[in-house]
Amino acid sequence: MTPSFLLTLALLLPFGAALVAALLPQNARNAEVWLAGTVAVAGLGIMIYLFPQVAHGGVVRQEIQWIPALHLNLILRLDGFSWLFGMLITGVGFLVVLYARYYMSPKDPVPRFFAFFLAFMGSMLGLVLSGNIIQLVIFWELTSLTSFLLIGYWFHLAQARDGARMALTVTGLGGLGLLIGMLIIGQIVGSYDLDVVLASGDLIRESSLYLPALLLVLLGALTKSAQFPFHFWLPHAMAAPTPVSAYLHSATMVKAGVFLLVRFWPVMAGTDAWFWIVTCAGMATLIFGAYAAIFQTDLKGLLAYSTISHLGLITTLLGMSTPLATVAAIFHIANHATFKASLFMAAGIIDHETGTRDIRKLSGLFRFMPFTATLAMVASAAMAGVPLLNGFLSKEMFFAETAERDANAFVNLALPIGATIGSMFAVVYSLRFVHGVFFGPKPEGLSKVPHEPPALMRRPIEILVLICLVVGIIPGITIAPYLAAAVVSVTGPDTPYYSLSVWHGFNFALAMSAIALVGGVLLYWALYGYLAKGVDGPPLIRQLKGQRIFERIMLTITSKWARRLEARFGTRRLQPQLFMLFLLAVGLPASLLVTRLGGINLTIAGFDPAFALLWAVGIVCAVAAAQQAKFHRLVSLVLLGGTGIVTCITFVWFSAPDLAITQLLVEIVTTVLILLGLRWLPKRVEDMRDEAQLMKARLRRYRDLVLAGLAGVGMTIIAYAVMTRQIPPGISEYFLENAYKLGGGTNVVNVMLVDFRAFDTLGEITVLGIVALTVFSTLRRFRPARESIAKPEQQRIQNEFDDRAPERSEGDTVNEYLLIPSVIMNWMFPVIIVLAVHLFLRGHDQPGGGFAAGIVMSIGFILQYMAGGTRWVEDRLRILPVRWIGSGLLLALLVGVAAQVVGYPFMTTAFQYVEIPYIGRVPLASALIFDLGVFSLVVGATVLILIALAHQSIRSPKAARNAAPIREAEVSSDAPVEIR
Amino acid sequence: MELVLAIGIGVLTSCGVFLMLRPRTFQVIIGLSLLSYAVNLFIFSMGRLKVGAAPVTASGTIDPTQFADPVPQALVLTAIVIGFAMTALFLVVLLAARGVTGTDHVDGREQR
Repeated sequence: MTPSFLLTLALLLPFGAALVAALLPQNARNAEVWLAGTVAVAGLGIMIYLFPQVAHGGVVRQEIQWIPALHLNLILRLDGFSWLFGMLITGVGFLVVLYARYYMSPKDPVPRFFAFFLAFMGSMLGLVLSGNIIQLVIFWELTSLTSFLLIGYWFHLAQARDGARMALTVTGLGGLGLLIGMLIIGQIVGSYDLDVVLASGDLIRESSLYLPALLLVLLGALTKSAQFPFHFWLPHAMAAPTPVSAYLHSATMVKAGVFLLVRFWPVMAGTDAWFWIVTCAGMATLIFGAYAAIFQTDLKGLLAYSTISHLGLITTLLGMSTPLATVAAIFHIANHATFKASLFMAAGIIDHETGTRDIRKLSGLFRFMPFTATLAMVASAAMAGVPLLNGFLSKEMFFAETAERDANAFVNLALPIGATIGSMFAVVYSLRFVHGVFFGPKPEGLSKVPHEPPALMRRPIEILVLICLVVGIIPGITIAPYLAAAVVSVTGPDTPYYSLSVWHGFNFALAMSAIALVGGVLLYWALYGYLAKGVDGPPLIRQLKGQRIFERIMLTITSKWARRLEARFGTRRLQPQLFMLFLLAVGLPASLLVTRLGGINLTIAGFDPAFALLWAVGIVCAVAAAQQAKFHRLVSLVLLGGTGIVTCITFVWFSAPDLAITQLLVEIVTTVLILLGLRWLPKRVEDMRDEAQLMKARLRRYRDLVLAGLAGVGMTIIAYAVMTRQIPPGISEYFLENAYKLGGGTNVVNVMLVDFRAFDTLGEITVLGIVALTVFSTLRRFRPARESIAKPEQQRIQNEFDDRAPERSEGDTVNEYLLIPSVIMNWMFPVIIVLAVHLFLRGHDQPGGGFAAGIVMSIGFILQYMAGGTRWVEDRLRILPVRWIGSGLLLALLVGVAAQVVGYPFMTTAFQYVEIPYIGRVPLASALIFDLGVFSLVVGATVLILIALAHQSIRSPKAARNAAPIREAEVSSDAPVEIR
Repeated sequence: MELVLAIGIGVLTSCGVFLMLRPRTFQVIIGLSLLSYAVNLFIFSMGRLKVGAAPVTASGTIDPTQFADPVPQALVLTAIVIGFAMTALFLVVLLAARGVTGTDHVDGREQR
């Protein structure tokens, strides 16, 4: 197996395993642990195996084509520094998985936990292995997302939800900044390849865009690593299960920020802007975090602030921009991960075994859990920087770096003093952690008697503490080669000499260490009385709560500003919205028309008075329909039909027989449909509004009239301009030439619909079917307006007449109405069916086809409704339109799939001639079956729409009888048309 | 011929747009129908106007210039059917809204 393949495998394994983990049963704790553990160990194994390749500044690369047009490739890239992170991610990941096995309660849904956990592991690996800076941002955001999901794992707790939301908002914002920063860097360098970027340090630093790029990249890094002033999200992220805190919020994810700083250190560091921003942010975080940590009463809160402080230390080191400081930073990243992860696990054990993490309630636990206590004390000592532990070594390097003489007197003084103070605080909170929890009197008021955890739950801590000790005592033969590999990949081959030995002789750094240690112990002693009182939160700055400021900003943006914007620009009214749409639709083309139209060739040639007359009628109908639409609906509808007929004749005139047929038929159906709907609309009377309102309405009408006029003029100009120009060569010739050769039909339009563009038609009829079903289901729950429920006026008059005449019974007049036409309509039924079949069969060669035939067929049905009345038809005919729709769609689909089965692309059709007795040679194309599907669906859809509406007329009297307020149940239980 | 049809399309568009901006649902449905006539004719006219040249070919080799453009026709044919579906759906929504809100104003309530 090649190294690059292994790299891909290491990245893909966690994601694949995350999917598997999500699918395991709820109680499969052991299976989940085996899965996650195996993945982590496999990743660890791959990392160890690959170490020789990167040990001396080597790089393992794997490129996969992504978007070659944009010169974007997916690149996996492993060098010494990302190797170190890879080890942390997989190694600590494995230990945390083991720990989580015992930490998670059997009641917790483990598949979700391990799925998110593994997805995070994959994202983090992807982040450190990215060799493309855009890809890096994507994985960066993925870690934010998975972190969000993990913090909110116990989503029934409000603090978990709030913490998760805050973490996502802050880190997501940073990620957005980072993306823009990376795009800027990509612009400067001309490539998104990390290797190219790393080789262009001078180009980047000298670019005029350097400062914005730096600020944006720092925004990403500082938010992710919880640096001041973005630190506040991390303590709230402690609502996550402790394994998550140990893994994400101490060892790996929060390190992504400093990872990024180290990664871009070679190309961005060394400028004044970098020095001041990064160092100041780091130093402020170091001191503030440590100070706040002292006064936390929650164990995890203490550790969270301590993490913030240690990340500040690393950031400070990176800000100093010297190679040796960077060595110290990388070293401290690894050291901090080991001791802090073990401390979080210890805090989790204490929580698990005592039921609380509150320092005020805990004390004297040493006698109950001596092993855990010892381990936690060693780890705390490492955190405080006690000699012979790994934390001491990197802190000593930090002190040595701060003590370097700088040209700036302020820096010269501030750095070493700040470092010492921060370290002193670290000693204090470490002492508080150890002394407060493990020593003193027996704890009181605990919900259970504490005892040692299962041995395997302690094992991860043991391993981590062992590493702390081994690295702290014999660094030269343990960490040195790996650190060297990491350092050389960042600072290059000319890395100055550094010593990892424990003893450097008496020097300034040692003096600072001693001051910090002794000072810390004294300070703890001095503060002991105050701390024993158990006041939560640091004095002096207790009021300065990042959370509160964050919430206020969020509220302002998402509520106040949003409301204001909505009030200013939003409307629920349809008319202004449509007006804006039409304004845009008129305005944008108008601006193009003015500049691009060219000459318009006005010719009178070929003028036909008959056609002009036809359109005079059409125009009058349209204008009158528009004018009558408000008060005289029936008139308007009839006039609309007039315009439809003119349109239809226009199609005939200009050689479109298929369109004419379809238009005519649809015209009939539409008119019937709207007629059926008219009964449910309110009577419109002249409104009685006052003069001012009428004036306003009139003004609005004029305004709309102007816009509508402009739209019409625009359409006229465009239509005329296009029509009088020569048609450029297009795809039409192909269809005309090949309709018969390839499609087996001479009616080109129909061949296009059922053969060449059959896939479009399939989509088309699907839409039609969906609309029909929507109409049907909407009408099932139809509640007519109160005043429309009663019988229409005409029927009332007729019934009164029947009542008065002794020989008549009620309803006779309605039944006798138009008796002769209705008999004719009844008799027309078979004729219409024959017409439909005729149109259908000739469709492939002559005007006609499935659409037209389908509508004819449905007209046949609706005529029966008009002739005999709804009840009469429904007693005699079961039409089952939903089945027509379903079988039509299936049939059409079947033709398509059949072609695929025999090895042709979807929707390919075949045709040949068949000899049928008495009829002769007929062309038989598989497209005909497709057209049959179209036919069936159009029949079903049209009939369903029409009869669903027609059926309402026999439902309403019943609803009216059931007294005025119609209850939902009565209406819905009243089943509409019998449709099965 | 072209000019007459172009003016016809323009007038239909104007009437359609004007009606769609009106407050009553029935006005909007008529407007929508008029606008779809205009749009269908417009698309159709993009294939240029030819008299007596229906795209019904004979078997064998043919001369494409002898026939009207079938592509806009195929587009418009489906547009007519979909236009019907749209009208139907809108009509039903209109009726349901009228039943639920008690008014036929497009916003579901009378403007104050």
